[in-house]
Amino acid sequence: MSSIRFEEVGHQFGERVVISGVSVDLRESRVGIIGSNGSGKSTLARMINGLVHPTSGRVIVDDLEPARHGAEVRRKVSFLFSDPDAQIVMPTVGEDIAFSLRRLSLHKDEVAARVASALEMVGLPGYADHPAHHLSSGQKQLLAMASILVTEPSILVCDEPTTLLDMRNTRRLAELLSGLSQQIVLVTHDLDLVLSCERVLVMADGQLVADGDAAESVEYYRRLMS
Amino acid sequence: MIGVYRAGDSLLHRSPAGAKLLGLLVFTTLLLVFRLPVTMGVGLIFVVLLYAIAAYTPVIMLQQIWPMKWIVILLFPFQWWLAGWQSAVIVVGTLVLAVAAAGLVSLTTRTTDLLAVIERAIQPLRYVRVDPERVALLLTLTIRVVPVINGLVHDVRDTRRARGMERSVRAYVTPVVIRTVGYAERLGDALVARGVDD
Repeated sequence: MSSIRFEEVGHQFGERVVISGVSVDLRESRVGIIGSNGSGKSTLARMINGLVHPTSGRVIVDDLEPARHGAEVRRKVSFLFSDPDAQIVMPTVGEDIAFSLRRLSLHKDEVAARVASALEMVGLPGYADHPAHHLSSGQKQLLAMASILVTEPSILVCDEPTTLLDMRNTRRLAELLSGLSQQIVLVTHDLDLVLSCERVLVMADGQLVADGDAAESVEYYRRLMS
Repeated sequence: MIGVYRAGDSLLHRSPAGAKLLGLLVFTTLLLVFRLPVTMGVGLIFVVLLYAIAAYTPVIMLQQIWPMKWIVILLFPFQWWLAGWQSAVIVVGTLVLAVAAAGLVSLTTRTTDLLAVIERAIQPLRYVRVDPERVALLLTLTIRVVPVINGLVHDVRDTRRARGMERSVRAYVTPVVIRTVGYAERLGDALVARGVDD
């Protein structure tokens, strides 16, 4: 498994402290991050692939610092957002998945094979020529997932991936996530989803207030919210 | 007109995007050079034949030119009144046939293939510090955001109606602008996350 290390990480937007003094080393296959809105959990997750840089401390992913080696880190770390519409770039499903492969300069046949395989993996076989904007929200999220899985990342960061999904699609996505071999960092409000994680962090007011197994952390979070 | 690709296995679908764009250029040039009513007739037969080769019905061809119905309705009688029926047929015919032919290129060509041709064609712009890849990406995103913004505008319109503010321009423009900027920010993040700048 990869290693994601936060060393005394802090982040401020102007005067507002979003994260302060977070130190944690994540080596588990499934890590959950929960917390109320504005607790800093998404900012923490975004630091893993360099979308946000710490204003103090440092983040290290497999010996690389995302703030300094963004491109190399992003080749290892893929990010799934809650809004798939913002993540889909190309007009058709197949083209969007192929867009992720453009840096690899692969032969057209290899690209087509990888696109077909990614679509098969997320349960959308035969959708390659389908207009992306005609998909349902659930299908769009699965497409966003296919677009990042096709690059074969070693770490997957999912930022509230089920927020816009109904129960059936949430279950579909959960099943898909559970079957992946990648290390997954899952930021979510869905406490059922996070129960499958080996380790769960609880964030509150920009600080890491609990860190333990899923049952312990969820229980702590419920008490915190009551 | 782009971003409307329909999958198929016809000769036109299998033809290279560059050849189709070149064909479109030659066709429209011929329409402009041989400005005769008979040219329009021949052009119409040619375009209908190409749609048939691509296994598309005349209805699909009509769908391509339907958005310009008001231009045709206004321009044809005006041109007839100004310069006679022959001129009306030539001017409107040229427009309609060019749009129908361009629509056929779009229907049979993936956006990525079209953009790859454009990217290759503008390679010389590198010498004036224009990044062809960036231009192609910009065009792609322009195509992509149209349905997204369209959906967003519809949502805002419904919200405005639900709040009983149908006539309020502010209740329409403000959320559209805010949501569009928000979408642009999220899209920017997603592009970074997908390594566009790397």
